[in-house]
Amino acid sequence: MSDQAAPQAKLVCRNLWKLFGARAPEALDRLGSEVSARDLAEAGLVAAVRSVDLAVQPGEVFVIMGLSGSGKSTLVRLMSRLIEPTSGEVLLDGQNLLAISKSEMTRIRRHRMGMVFQHFALLPHLSVLDNVAFPLAVQGLNRAERLKRASAMVELVGLAGREDAMPRQLSGGQQQRVGIARSLAVEPELWFLDEPFSALDPLIRREMQDELMRLQQVLKKTIVFITHDFDEAIRLADRIAIMKDGEIVQCDTPEQVVLNPATDYVREFSRAVPRAKVMRVTSAMEPGAGGADLAEVAGSATVAEAAPAFLQGAEALQVTGPDGAKLGVLRRDAVIRLMLEG
Amino acid sequence: MASLSPATQAPAPKFRQVSVVLWIAALGLFWLFWKHGAGLAPWAFDYPRAWTVPVARWISQAMKWLLNDATFGLFTFEQATRFIAAVIEVPYQVALSLLSTGFLEGQGSTATQILPPLSWLAVIAVFALIGHRAGGVRLAALVVGCLGFVAVFGQWTSAMVTLASILVAVPLGVVGGLLLGIAAYRWLWVERVLRPILDLMQTIPVFAYLVPVLILFGFGPTAAIVATLIYAMPPMTRITLLALRRVPSELHDLGQMVGCTRRQLTWKVLVPSARDPLMVGVNQVIMLSLNMVIIASMIGAGGLGFDVLAALRKLDFGAGLEAGFAIVALALVLDQLSQAFARKSWGQPVQGSWAHRHPYLLAALATVALAALLGLVVPAVQSYPKTLEISTGTFWSNVVKWINVNYFDTLEAIKNALLLNLLIPFKRFLLSLPWAGVVALLAFAGWRLGGWRLAVLTAFLALFIAATGQWEKAMTTVYLCGISTMIAMLIGVPVGIAAAEKAGLWRWVQVVIDTLQTLPSFVYLMPAVMLFRVGDFTAMIAVVAFAVAPAIRYTALGLRGVDPRLIEAGRAMGCTRSQMLTRIKLRLALPEILLGLNQTVMFALSMLVITALVGTRDLGQEVYIALTKADPGRGLVAGLAVACIAIIADRMLHAGARNARARLGLAEVQE
Repeated sequence: MSDQAAPQAKLVCRNLWKLFGARAPEALDRLGSEVSARDLAEAGLVAAVRSVDLAVQPGEVFVIMGLSGSGKSTLVRLMSRLIEPTSGEVLLDGQNLLAISKSEMTRIRRHRMGMVFQHFALLPHLSVLDNVAFPLAVQGLNRAERLKRASAMVELVGLAGREDAMPRQLSGGQQQRVGIARSLAVEPELWFLDEPFSALDPLIRREMQDELMRLQQVLKKTIVFITHDFDEAIRLADRIAIMKDGEIVQCDTPEQVVLNPATDYVREFSRAVPRAKVMRVTSAMEPGAGGADLAEVAGSATVAEAAPAFLQGAEALQVTGPDGAKLGVLRRDAVIRLMLEG
Repeated sequence: MASLSPATQAPAPKFRQVSVVLWIAALGLFWLFWKHGAGLAPWAFDYPRAWTVPVARWISQAMKWLLNDATFGLFTFEQATRFIAAVIEVPYQVALSLLSTGFLEGQGSTATQILPPLSWLAVIAVFALIGHRAGGVRLAALVVGCLGFVAVFGQWTSAMVTLASILVAVPLGVVGGLLLGIAAYRWLWVERVLRPILDLMQTIPVFAYLVPVLILFGFGPTAAIVATLIYAMPPMTRITLLALRRVPSELHDLGQMVGCTRRQLTWKVLVPSARDPLMVGVNQVIMLSLNMVIIASMIGAGGLGFDVLAALRKLDFGAGLEAGFAIVALALVLDQLSQAFARKSWGQPVQGSWAHRHPYLLAALATVALAALLGLVVPAVQSYPKTLEISTGTFWSNVVKWINVNYFDTLEAIKNALLLNLLIPFKRFLLSLPWAGVVALLAFAGWRLGGWRLAVLTAFLALFIAATGQWEKAMTTVYLCGISTMIAMLIGVPVGIAAAEKAGLWRWVQVVIDTLQTLPSFVYLMPAVMLFRVGDFTAMIAVVAFAVAPAIRYTALGLRGVDPRLIEAGRAMGCTRSQMLTRIKLRLALPEILLGLNQTVMFALSMLVITALVGTRDLGQEVYIALTKADPGRGLVAGLAVACIAIIADRMLHAGARNARARLGLAEVQE
């Protein structure tokens, strides 16, 4: 990325490395950043994260997708400095997190970051309300104030009435709602979600994804979302970074990842995804303005979202930009072709 | 028990043949040396007196120096220990006054009671309330039954003295163990320092440190409490460390992410999350404290332990048994209560006024006050009326007399047959072995089982025993321990197999061995002495009774833990029941059974030292004599020798279990 873009981004990782093993930093200096996995293995090191560069824009849902062992969980822990990187930079609003003191880092975590965990990480001895209020208690906020804010968060995630329940009395989905409420209680700017829905049943997972999208429309946080589920990534992401063996192999919008996979590895994932679900109508339309009587569809919609209009007998739709400008025309046969392609 | 030696790989088949040849060669050499070496190297058979390292004297001198000359500048070492004793004395006096003596004014016989102790009814009621809070009506009923039993059989006063010691020792032990465990979790160097000490504390017999404690802290209940702390704290420390390590890493991450300080992370995240295993630790501390408070009657703890000890000395079985039963009742109450609390999970917070939130506390206070007032009017409420006490002492004495009159010859015949045909020949055999040969053979075994590190360790420990001039006594210990372990395994393994095959039987066996394990070791002496009087045979019976529980438990658990898919596969191949047992289950359960053997040896050793009271002539007796003579060097060195035997057995059996597991391709268990 260019240096001009960096200051505007919320979170930037530059040439970020994490090697596990004895005397990793020296080894990395010696071997250089072009080192192969084999050379590392010979030096007795395991590369969990290799030379990662990325920039997360404010208000964006940035999904890091990878299979287990790809380094995605390590990467999110490097971003929050739960794990110390071997080398590289992590910039939050232009400030290098790796250069600041421990107490400054604690302050940033307390007020500007929130995290949701795969297995919920609820404290077994605290009620729902006290769990949500826990980050505020750690900050030293007085009891009345923190319970007030916690109640608001519990209500936000739809658990009003269960405030006094203990974590073990809740279902998995409810527990993760508590986890979400807790991570939001400090009103973080940067919201990390580490495989938040992986431990849930498929039906509940879908419900929680909808819930997350609803929350994001209200809250407009900068989100870093980790998942191993490609469909989930496609569904939620503004941009996806796909990781393999500690490296990012492609970082792009869902549409681009599906339509133009960078490697065979990415293609393997995207093959099963219906094109219509990721393709925006702007990619499928013919340029130019159609007749005045055409129904309109926003350019940001996917083809699948626009498709129901054709069931009501329309032959074409007018595609419009955010400012109302006429961008092009989406024709029935183009949509049918895309839907049939699967 | 954790092991220090590194894991070894499963040997390839070729190596196994080599191993067998090596073993035959080593044993052959050993046999040759034993039979024909006496003329060549007499020193190898009888450890020369001139070579003895006077460790005992060094320790005694160090002790003397500590007492007389050691100083921290501002105050001397002795002042420090007396200060600790004085600090412990305060809560102990309060507990004792509350439960037993009442609050007194003045000293000795001129003292006048200004406040009576808690009424016996109030104590039972408070315990019943605790029982109800933790486990409902059933537990409350059990508590009332047990404590009522103690009162009815006239053991109330002694039981309350014992309880007072426990009430002081347990909180100190729990808090101390917790803090040490947290320190070991936080700082690696603390763990490095603590680990060998913990290993040693778990293997060194309790009598051994009674002596230095006695010298440093004086004779009396506070010294007993100090000894109890030394005994009960290591398991708590270990459990704390393990529990904290097992807190899910996500909770750790959570603490960091919300910006916890180190202290907040420890006390608000890690410790509460580790509650369940920590409560198991608390249960351990309580049961170990009870065990030790009973044993520590030898250095002045008083209470039920003292009653048993006095009865043993007078051979007054009736009185001893009664006190023993009271100990069992107390053990049952404490164990069940603490287990019920361990099982309870975090409750929902209750809103409302103070009285609303603490109904049990309120009820307890009300009961105590009411009973105290009533006690002023009705003496029977204050203390259990003597006229209603039932003494079964004479009854039990008569039972023993009857058994001895009618079955004396039978019992004597069994005893003599076993003594003459098994015990004595085995003892002679062990004593005739050359110490140097045994050390070499142990080193060889250590090398084969766990590599050169284990070889060096076993050789060093065995050499320590010889060099401190305790070889003969150690061999006597090995002989008694070996025979007892063998018999315990002969009983325990079949029972374990039977229990593993039948779920219904297993439930009952479990209740029995759980109960056996809660009983303080002292209690086992009484029936054995009653039937067989003093001597090695009696000691053996007591040791077997004490050590059979782990043999049963590990065998049953090992067999029940065999992968059900393998059993299904066996059934599909048409194995008969016995083929299934011998060809599949027992083989796969072998590592577990070896660990059971290990535990049986450890139990046997710890009990063996206590059987010194019934007249053995081994290291235990050495420790006991040192205790009566207040000779710290002699006691500690003999205690260390017992610890050496325990560590050798432990490391070897662990290595054996690990090898067996590796050979079977089973996963290493977390210990």
